[in-house]
Amino acid sequence: MIELRNVHKAFGANKVLQGVDLTIPTGTSMVIIGGSGTGKSVALKCVLGLIRHDSGDILLDGKDVTRGDRDAFLARFGMLFQGGALFDSLPVWQNVAFRLLRGSLKRPRDEAREIAIEKLRRVGLTPEQADKFPAELSGGMQKRVGLARAICAEPEIIFFDEPTTGLDPIMAGVINDLIREIVTEMGATAMTITHDMTSVRAIADNVAMLHDGVIKWTGPVADMDNSGDPYLDQFIHGRATGPIEAVR
Amino acid sequence: MKLITALLGRLGRQTLLIMAVIGRIALFAAATVTHLLRPPFYAREFGHALIQIGWLSLPVVGMTALFTGGALALQIYAGGARFNAETVVPSIVAIGLTRELGPVLGGLMVAARVASSIAAEIGTMKVTEQIDALTTLSTNPMKYLTLPRVLAATLAVPLLVGVGDAIGIMGGFLVGVGRLDFGAGTYLHNTIDFLETWDVASGMIKGAVFGFIVALMGCYYGMNSGRGAQGVGRATKAAVVAASVLILASNYILTELFFSA
Repeated sequence: MIELRNVHKAFGANKVLQGVDLTIPTGTSMVIIGGSGTGKSVALKCVLGLIRHDSGDILLDGKDVTRGDRDAFLARFGMLFQGGALFDSLPVWQNVAFRLLRGSLKRPRDEAREIAIEKLRRVGLTPEQADKFPAELSGGMQKRVGLARAICAEPEIIFFDEPTTGLDPIMAGVINDLIREIVTEMGATAMTITHDMTSVRAIADNVAMLHDGVIKWTGPVADMDNSGDPYLDQFIHGRATGPIEAVR
Repeated sequence: MKLITALLGRLGRQTLLIMAVIGRIALFAAATVTHLLRPPFYAREFGHALIQIGWLSLPVVGMTALFTGGALALQIYAGGARFNAETVVPSIVAIGLTRELGPVLGGLMVAARVASSIAAEIGTMKVTEQIDALTTLSTNPMKYLTLPRVLAATLAVPLLVGVGDAIGIMGGFLVGVGRLDFGAGTYLHNTIDFLETWDVASGMIKGAVFGFIVALMGCYYGMNSGRGAQGVGRATKAAVVAASVLILASNYILTELFFSA
């Protein structure tokens, strides 16, 4: 279980997180929604320790994420970055098997390659793509490679940062389905941040709405349309008027 | 009075900023060196960096040395003629190249080629979240990106300087024999007789220091690159400028240490 308790984070005078409280039970899929610049990515990066939060507690299975063996902590995570964040200098299979080629999870090279190809197949890519470089792939393919990398070491927890941004609706649908399938079959805990309401409905068990540095509403995805929360209503229906000020 | 206060205030702020950058670079350098003592060591990355920094810089360093050796021979010949000392050309070319021009020009050429390339590469990796991705894949970016490059440059640049010295002396030899009517045997004899081991060794030690500076600046400014293309561009420019200035400053300090009476 991942817990954020009264988490604060500011960059200079800009207070991004102002007391975030959120619980993600083990084996569930939480999607965090909210406008641009509301701190969704910051919250996610705070959990991973990529950004250090100023105050509050972030707990994984009751333990403070800032303490203990960092390698063992990160080995439990997989992450799909918004732009893929694939390593340009490495072929696709080495990107996917990155974790299996070094560190505590190191495997023989041939075995790592086999696992990478199997994961590529799982996300709908053929073995022929394995020896290409990321720059030779389309945006949708790069996203799939990123997804294959995120699941390659079979993590317990997977984070998805804007998984469908920049993709056409069909490819976005394919990625949403893949995420849902993979999270379900792996029994992983998932945390996704997105603006895409189609993604939310496809991926989420639970939804949290982040606004003004705090969680305005959280609950099961089935309750989202009848929440009665004006912030959530405005966001999910994409209305220009409401409590969330739209800059024109 | 108000103007003086404002000027002093601005001067003070700039001084503090510069001191803060120096402090951050010192901490970055210390962190890099301490990673050398702790496993893991990424040998594949080190080998790749060695080829990129050492082998692929050889043409530019070699060409620089060749033309500098030739030009130096012409200059010393012209200057020496004023004192009827034309015969010193081979020894001064050799000493000047090995002690000073070889390491400094080699270091500056490597700074232009390597510091810019490292800063741009790592800066782009930062902007595209590849550095964050490395961290989430349980790989320390300092160990994976910085240490192999800094170590490779520290080992490769002295070798480049050594090869550059030989090519530069050959440039002087070609001009001396072809244009200035030195006998080939006499030129080589004068070069070898007056050149000491310390002349070559001091230049190579300088090369190691310059290599360390070049890669460190590339990595530091890359890791601290701002957002977008403009941020990466600024980081690249800053890496080359900082590496060049630090090479010239450290060259003076090393020359004082090695050769002051």
